[in-house]
Amino acid sequence: MNAKKWDHVASGVIYTLVAAVILILVAILGYILFNGVPDISWHFLTSPAQSFSAGGGIRDQLFNSLYLLVLTIIVSLPIGLGAGIYLSEYASDNWFTDLIRTSVEVLSSLPSVVVGLFGYLLFVIKLNLGFSILSGAIALTFFNLPLLTRNIEESLRSVPNLQREAGMSLGLSNWKTTTKIILPAALPGILTGLILSAGRIFGEAAALIYTAGQSAPTVDYSNWNVFSATSFLNPMRPAETLAVHIWKVNTESVTPDANLISSASSAVLIIVILIFNLGARFLGNKLYKKITATK
Amino acid sequence: MKEYNLNESYITDIPEKKALSTKNLQVYYGDNHAIFDANMDFPRYKITALIGASGCGKSTFLRCLNRMNDKVARVDGNIMYRNVDINSPKINVYEVRQHIGMVFQRPNPFAKSIRENIIFPLRNTGIKSNDELEERLEQSLRGAALWDEVKDDLNKSALALSGGQQQRLCIARSIAMHPDVLLLDEPASALDPISTSKIEETLQILKKDYSIIIVTHNLQQASRISDYTAFLHLGHIVEYNSTANVFTKPKMQATDDYVSGNFG
Ligand SMILES: Nc1ncnc2c1ncn2[C@@H]1O[C@H](COP(=O)(O)OP(=O)(O)O)[C@@H](O)[C@H]1O
Ligand SMILES: [Mg+2]
Repeated sequence: MNAKKWDHVASGVIYTLVAAVILILVAILGYILFNGVPDISWHFLTSPAQSFSAGGGIRDQLFNSLYLLVLTIIVSLPIGLGAGIYLSEYASDNWFTDLIRTSVEVLSSLPSVVVGLFGYLLFVIKLNLGFSILSGAIALTFFNLPLLTRNIEESLRSVPNLQREAGMSLGLSNWKTTTKIILPAALPGILTGLILSAGRIFGEAAALIYTAGQSAPTVDYSNWNVFSATSFLNPMRPAETLAVHIWKVNTESVTPDANLISSASSAVLIIVILIFNLGARFLGNKLYKKITATK
Repeated sequence: MKEYNLNESYITDIPEKKALSTKNLQVYYGDNHAIFDANMDFPRYKITALIGASGCGKSTFLRCLNRMNDKVARVDGNIMYRNVDINSPKINVYEVRQHIGMVFQRPNPFAKSIRENIIFPLRNTGIKSNDELEERLEQSLRGAALWDEVKDDLNKSALALSGGQQQRLCIARSIAMHPDVLLLDEPASALDPISTSKIEETLQILKKDYSIIIVTHNLQQASRISDYTAFLHLGHIVEYNSTANVFTKPKMQATDDYVSGNFG
């Protein structure tokens, strides 16, 4: 066979594989959305869950998921940025940085159930934080930090070294070069990574079952006092998230409309994650254009 | 490759005032001894060319002169600038680099607007007055022969410029700092002939105010634009003399072979 023919065969195989991947993706998404979307209503999104009767919603779970996401990002972004900047811009390659990189890698391959149980033993029991949003946020930070750090380090590294030399040759310090030249140039990549990781956090259940808990106590959305037990912002209250809710409804719920709730919740979850993913691309591009002043 | 006696060299004493001098300069990349005992004076307000085969150490030598080899290589010896040894560990390297600017082989404008490319490093040196910043912006762009092409698009991304324009922007960015010495490492090697001749013209004008040291692998370019030429071979400065002498009356066999194309 000649090169041209081989080329044809190879392209054919690749196209087939790509088509298979897309098909699987579309099938899963289509199934979930098709089953769930018809049951999503304003009422469903804004009313509390019911334990025994039909007609419950997911108001608290949806809020808990978002709140936990925000807290997790607030905790993990500064750490990830610090570690990523250190690894990419300051650390020289030696046994110590090798150790950090290996640890990050090991941490990133830990199953989330293990992270959850570890969080349960350490934060919930030992440190007495109880089933709480705080415990959940810390567990999610453990779960999120390795990939986030990696992503930030990679984004910074992908900025050409020529840019660092330009900064150096103009008498900028290492820190100025990093923060004013390298970081802005890497920002779109970092943002994309951050939003994608937000999707992972939002859909995470296993790490939360034993840390943030499985109950959604009724909270008062007009109570802005973070320290009040009934405030929706209180980080010490247990908080069942959307993903945990889906798991719970499917395993132990006695509501007559459990099926409906689970499929509608799944659809909401998928839609939110899709919004994150598409938003990541859009914002990343937009930001890049703004920073580089290309119109 | 022909063998030459690398212990012999011809290094001229320049009559001009000195912009920079190197004394017993040695550079090591780990065990690799890349520059051997470089002793030479660079004249003020002239263009000095560094020529030699690829890998002979031109870039390595040039990058020592504003401490860009810090953390990359070990540099021993002295580099005298205004009676100060700027190769001393006590020297503030950031300040050195503000006095001795550098333009690289591949254009490396920041991913910012044209204006920001020039103004941002200036602000970093403590200049706050907008008038002064704007004045330096225009002056440096004019100096790099870029003003007429970009004066209406100063807020456009520097990345949207052509390669030749980007390189002139990098020159403008360097001269906006009002350095004494400008180091250029093959600044035209990635450019087309028209951009190249624009850059050469620019350098001719700039040498009135700056001492220029330029690495080039292009012999015609060296003979066209430079006043002095140093020929490097395997990390040794084999010959340093006025450009006319290096090209027409070389003192060393290696130089003769190199400039007449019989090298290697
Ligand atoms: N960053 C570096 N690390 C290790 N060796 C280097 C580095 N840069 C250059 N060298 C070595 O130093 C020698 C001179 O290189 P260079 O100065 O780049 O030559 P030229 O600019 O004349 O082509 C070469 O042997 C090269 O392999
Ligand atoms: Mg070179």
